[in-house]
Amino acid sequence: MIEIKNVSKNFGPLKVLNKINLQVDKGEIISIIGPSGAGKSTLLRSVIQLESIDEGIVEIEGLRIACRKDREDDELIDKTIVREGLAKMGMVFQGFNLFPHMTVLENVIIAQTIVKNRSQKEAQEKAKGILKKVGLTDKENSYPSQISGGQKQRVAIARALAMDPDIMLFDEPTSALDPELIGEVLGVIKALAEERMTMMIVTHEMNFAREISDRILFMEDGEIVESGPPDKIFVNPEHPRIMTFLDKILS
Amino acid sequence: MEKLFSITLYILKGSGVTLGLYAITAVFSMPLGLMCALGKISKNKVLSKAVSLYTWVFRGTPLLLQLFFTYYGLPVLGIRWSGPFAPAALTFILNYGAYLTEIFRAGIQSIDKGQYEAAKVLGMNYSQTMRKIIIPQTVKRILPPLGNEAITLVKDTALVAVIALAEILRNAKEIVTREFIITPFFIAAAIYLVLTSVIVLTFNRMEEKYSYYE
Repeated sequence: MIEIKNVSKNFGPLKVLNKINLQVDKGEIISIIGPSGAGKSTLLRSVIQLESIDEGIVEIEGLRIACRKDREDDELIDKTIVREGLAKMGMVFQGFNLFPHMTVLENVIIAQTIVKNRSQKEAQEKAKGILKKVGLTDKENSYPSQISGGQKQRVAIARALAMDPDIMLFDEPTSALDPELIGEVLGVIKALAEERMTMMIVTHEMNFAREISDRILFMEDGEIVESGPPDKIFVNPEHPRIMTFLDKILS
Repeated sequence: MEKLFSITLYILKGSGVTLGLYAITAVFSMPLGLMCALGKISKNKVLSKAVSLYTWVFRGTPLLLQLFFTYYGLPVLGIRWSGPFAPAALTFILNYGAYLTEIFRAGIQSIDKGQYEAAKVLGMNYSQTMRKIIIPQTVKRILPPLGNEAITLVKDTALVAVIALAEILRNAKEIVTREFIITPFFIAAAIYLVLTSVIVLTFNRMEEKYSYYE
């Protein structure tokens, strides 16, 4: 479903991603863990083209949405295909990035009408349905500034889901939240996991990652150091650095 | 008393020019400023440099000089004006457009990068992102500097007196010279104060209206 081949990304002399290879299957839930600066967020942002890559190929359901700049392949990049590929993904940010000048309901409607050309009525019905699912029916007419962080993040998830993505990317969805608000957001993501939504989640919530993921990736210095099922990574990793990292996080 | 009334009436006649110039400048300089701001932040280097040159010239020279140049200078270069209003309006639009360009640019650039990213991952293109997400938020942020410009514009309209446009101040000055009284100055000042107060109140209202979020 997602095919990442040999992807590298540099910020100046710093190699943030170093020849990353990764394949994500339909319905698979992958959590990416690792120390800060490991390249976790950059990997996610490269998949959805918020960062351009310097080397490699990214394909979504066979649609090539990115490849290394200065190669002949570049000509194979078709903007229509890129748009089609990107439309299959939704993303949720650490900082929510809700549109502050719109109500919760409008936040979930806007892209549906102008990107998917749905009628106002259709978009509104869809938005209401999804907001109900994330438990925010009573906040429909509130502005983002009037709701809590946990509620904001649930709106952000609803906004992404309204576009009917096949894949959801979560970039540290709970890192900006007060501890008592983390649960409600993880609950919504868990519900998506039960529906077998394909997901890539960058997170520091180890218990959560262990509980819902099919596979854990441990990243450090721009590389995937180890990848495997949660029980293996959390209990018996091959790489000693993972143990050190987990000890630090969990203590 | 009757005399005071007729003086006031005469000065008020000048407000037609003042308000006309004000309206035409406001209506045209805002879209001009917005367009140029988008040009200035665009990736097109030529466009961006051209806009920079424009704001550099119009913000860096006196409005009075620009007015003289348009009215007296351009005819030398072969452009004929049928009266002083058109060159005055043109100068004001270009001058205020330059200031508004910088205000809009600063406003647009003050919007968090995350807003662009959220719009992008939802599939919006550049134009949709600007129209629906960025510019509506920019308007709220630039209201205070915009209000300043709106007040300054009222007072700047008095400059067109020098190219023989019968606006408020010129009419007042005319009576002062003719009748050796200074009341017209007070009347003119009062009219300017009324106009600027209306603008201040309007902007306060607008800021209130936009306070529904954040």
